[in-house]
Amino acid sequence: MKDQLQQIIEGEDVVLFMKGTPQFVMCGNSQRALDALRRAGAPVTVVDILPDPQIRQELSALSGWPTIPQVFVRGELVGGADIVEELEASGELERTLREKLGDDFGATEERVVAVA
Amino acid sequence: MAVRTLTELLEAAFPGDDVAVEDRTGGGDHFQVTVASKRFDGLSLVEQHRLVYDALAAPLADGTIHELRISTKGTG
Repeated sequence: MKDQLQQIIEGEDVVLFMKGTPQFVMCGNSQRALDALRRAGAPVTVVDILPDPQIRQELSALSGWPTIPQVFVRGELVGGADIVEELEASGELERTLREKLGDDFGATEERVVAVA
Repeated sequence: MAVRTLTELLEAAFPGDDVAVEDRTGGGDHFQVTVASKRFDGLSLVEQHRLVYDALAAPLADGTIHELRISTKGTG
């Protein structure tokens, strides 16, 4: 599972590890992070951590970040809900996306990826 | 009660700095933590929040904190 998480983090442009899915968000902070990413127009790949408690354990071991949600851009931890909201409000999130993904990064369809 | 514990842990980690802990729901497990410290100067937000998580590692691990919101500021 660790390898799979690593692959998702490194392989996807923007990853949001959250409680629930964009259709059924199960936590206020996950909603805040998702909303901020949407406002910035980020192409989000979502991983629901709820189906298996091991996902959260392995993820936090990898990232050294104790809470959910967690947002990564091109393999780098951007932060949790508070940081992502703050960066979005200041315009820095969009700048980071532009810098890392190129000027034409687009909000493609949100994707949900399962981890097993 | 938990507000006091969290405040003490933060004051120990950030001596002499501005520390505030708010119980957001009154239930003693959803907190807003605000810290302004010189230690944050020059650090990224991720690094700043990591210092707060480090200070609160025990209540995060034992379930005292169900939800944590963090706001950090440097002095620069």
